[in-house]
Amino acid sequence: MSTTSSTGRTAAARPSSAAGPAAGPAPGAGPAPATAVAPSEAAAQATLGVETTARSMAEAAAEPVTGITGAQSLVRSLEAVGVEVVFGIPGGAILPAYDPLFDSALRHVLVRHEQGAGHAATGYAQATGRVGVCMATSGPGATNLVTPLADAYMDSVPVVAITGQVPSAAIGTDAFQEADIRGITMPITKHNFLVTDPDEIPQRIAEAFHLAGTGRPGPVLVDISKDALQATTDFSWPPRLDLPGYKPTTRPHGKQVREAAALIAAARQPVLYVGGGVLKAGAAEELAELAELTGAPVVTTLMARGAFPDSHRQNLGMPGMHGNVTAVTALQKADLLVALGARFDDRVTGELSSFAPHAAVVHADIDPAEIGKNRKADVPIVGDAKATIVELVSALRAEHEAGRTPDLDAWWTQLEDWRTRYPLGYDWPEDGMLSPQYVIERLGAIAGPDAIYASGVGQHQMWAAQFISYEKPGTWLNSGGLGTMGYAVPAAMGAKYGMPGTTVWAIDGDGCFQMTNQELATCAIEGIPIKVAVINNGNLGMVRQWQTLFYEGRYSNTHLNTHGGKDGTARQVRIPDFVTLAEALGCVGLRCESKDDVDAVIEKAMAINDAPVVIDFIVGSDAQVWPMVAAGKSNDEILAARDVRPVFGEGQV
Amino acid sequence: MTRHTLSVLVENKSGVLARVSALFSRRGFNIESLAVGPTENPDLSRMTIVADAEAQPLEQITKQLNKLIEVIKIVELDTAAVQRELLLVKVRAPLADRAQVLQTAELFRARVIDVNTDTVTLEATGTPDKLQALLAVLAPLGIKEMAQSGTVALGRGPRSMSGAGTLRPVERSA
Repeated sequence: MSTTSSTGRTAAARPSSAAGPAAGPAPGAGPAPATAVAPSEAAAQATLGVETTARSMAEAAAEPVTGITGAQSLVRSLEAVGVEVVFGIPGGAILPAYDPLFDSALRHVLVRHEQGAGHAATGYAQATGRVGVCMATSGPGATNLVTPLADAYMDSVPVVAITGQVPSAAIGTDAFQEADIRGITMPITKHNFLVTDPDEIPQRIAEAFHLAGTGRPGPVLVDISKDALQATTDFSWPPRLDLPGYKPTTRPHGKQVREAAALIAAARQPVLYVGGGVLKAGAAEELAELAELTGAPVVTTLMARGAFPDSHRQNLGMPGMHGNVTAVTALQKADLLVALGARFDDRVTGELSSFAPHAAVVHADIDPAEIGKNRKADVPIVGDAKATIVELVSALRAEHEAGRTPDLDAWWTQLEDWRTRYPLGYDWPEDGMLSPQYVIERLGAIAGPDAIYASGVGQHQMWAAQFISYEKPGTWLNSGGLGTMGYAVPAAMGAKYGMPGTTVWAIDGDGCFQMTNQELATCAIEGIPIKVAVINNGNLGMVRQWQTLFYEGRYSNTHLNTHGGKDGTARQVRIPDFVTLAEALGCVGLRCESKDDVDAVIEKAMAINDAPVVIDFIVGSDAQVWPMVAAGKSNDEILAARDVRPVFGEGQV
Repeated sequence: MTRHTLSVLVENKSGVLARVSALFSRRGFNIESLAVGPTENPDLSRMTIVADAEAQPLEQITKQLNKLIEVIKIVELDTAAVQRELLLVKVRAPLADRAQVLQTAELFRARVIDVNTDTVTLEATGTPDKLQALLAVLAPLGIKEMAQSGTVALGRGPRSMSGAGTLRPVERSA
């Protein structure tokens, strides 16, 4: 219940003495001025809001006030829109916003690098389904957000980034820490704003959250000039949204849905090709109903792991470059693809011209531009995945009632045959070292389907997608489209913040981990006890795999020296030593080098809930991700393992 | 490749032109010409974009344009639409050639807007084809400098993009 009195909030309306025009702080990215500013009476009263819930905070913040600063208006807007947490780092241009933030009930997590803030917002959004928020100052603070914004854009994650900008009079003068972040992020955001008028702040914030979270979700950046944050303005909520050109289509067209249902009812070899849009729409239950109604096999892309339970008989697993043989081949041999919130990415289709050559395509997506972009759709459906699936189910029921039920027995006989002959598997390294796949498989078994797994990018990501059973939406977070190494630790941090009661594992590689592990300090200090499994093969593993396969084993610049001496050198070096690094960052550091210790070390990590834990799993360098469709090759040329080409048997299908 | 003329109503805000041109370059679409100007509604600008594309890429162009938040409406104008460009051309016109320059101007209904002892500057409007023809005739005389606008265009008939009886927009849906 709310403990915030309305007087507390109206008192905050008086201009805070701390928020006057800042002649003082150098506009560097450094910390706030060392001289402590005594919180004003108003600010002290406003801190009463600390114990309020997000909802009551939003209600309190929505009261109109006059004569506040743009910065106060910004913070009130964030409160009113229901923001729970902001990941960020202050600096010169954004500094005015940090003053009212100091008094606000919404929490700010001080990260160690802005990239960490961006990925944390993404991980938070992916785990909770809410809009993630990150904040940075102008110039380098803002440009450090570029990678996570591009990442969120590729994976359609709702994120709002707020950046400070140099004062409007200085824009365009190459002022200190000036970067045209709106121009820079135009191609990697759903939309962005530059705000120089303090009166616009509530409206732009409301619009940013609306844009980020509706339609096809995506990142939105709001760049606010320092003078707008410092100037006096009035605040009222809710503001009018002025987005005349934004009308996402969410209701599918009935005729298209009926045509799709007719195709599904008539198909002999259908596949439900499920993408991340199903998770974004929160349509896992609806999907399960559709799947069981059709009886058709389901493949879940890298972005859709968890949208349909892996334990379900109809789930063939992940398609694509490292998909399993049955999922890839089912798409190739299908007579109908029902693509739901998927975008025919090149990592799924392989060589486009030979992808699913016999299949008619039903393509349902909320973004009309995805339909027909890569593969022509026979039945295009524009709409939200949830609404579309619901209507597909009822249209399909009508088909069934009219006596049109497909017989998929022959198809399933075929699929089961492939599934039996080409299961996912792995060999133990010949050098006796630990198998990375085994580590990940055990991690999944011990942490279970309720845990959240965030991975980096590379071999460990593919193994984590393959060897962990995902049963629930929002339990698998990764950087699918952009392939951002360094995603795991900050994303896990964001996820853990949003889901504090859930175990959150970052599954990272030794290469990825060295890109963003500084956020473990944030986790340790802010009380965000994530667990990190570093799958340490001492190399940039995926690149090394390609060098093995396609560059005659010429290992150019892939050896990282994190788990042993370089080939041919006598001295064993581990630089850095991840155990002592973890300890230096305020975490518990553990190491595991043998099969016998795997379960025990995972269980030990599972038992630690008051600090972040890092396990350095020293695994073999030569393990490879299989199956594999080489880049640019046809999915028909999938190799189940090195030099092992599946035999599909002519005339079987 | 075929020439398509898109008439695009956008919000009259800073940065919209940058967004549209960045979209074309990022997605690898070719723009033949792009003209921006005000409309009868001060909140809206009209961009007339002439693009060279086959039907399928054109569909992607319009879909991607429609995704821009500040794009209100897109109509592909058919070949019957009124399409005009503006040409300003400074032609070498010493006394001996001047009559020929002026005669050419008259044939193409171009107006003389500046004269001096060495040159004549003409203003001509018309379809791209007509202006090309004018330039071809003027070229042997010596073109000193020229400036040409992109195409601006309006559909024929009583309908408009924003008023009653509106032109059918390029579908947002597939």
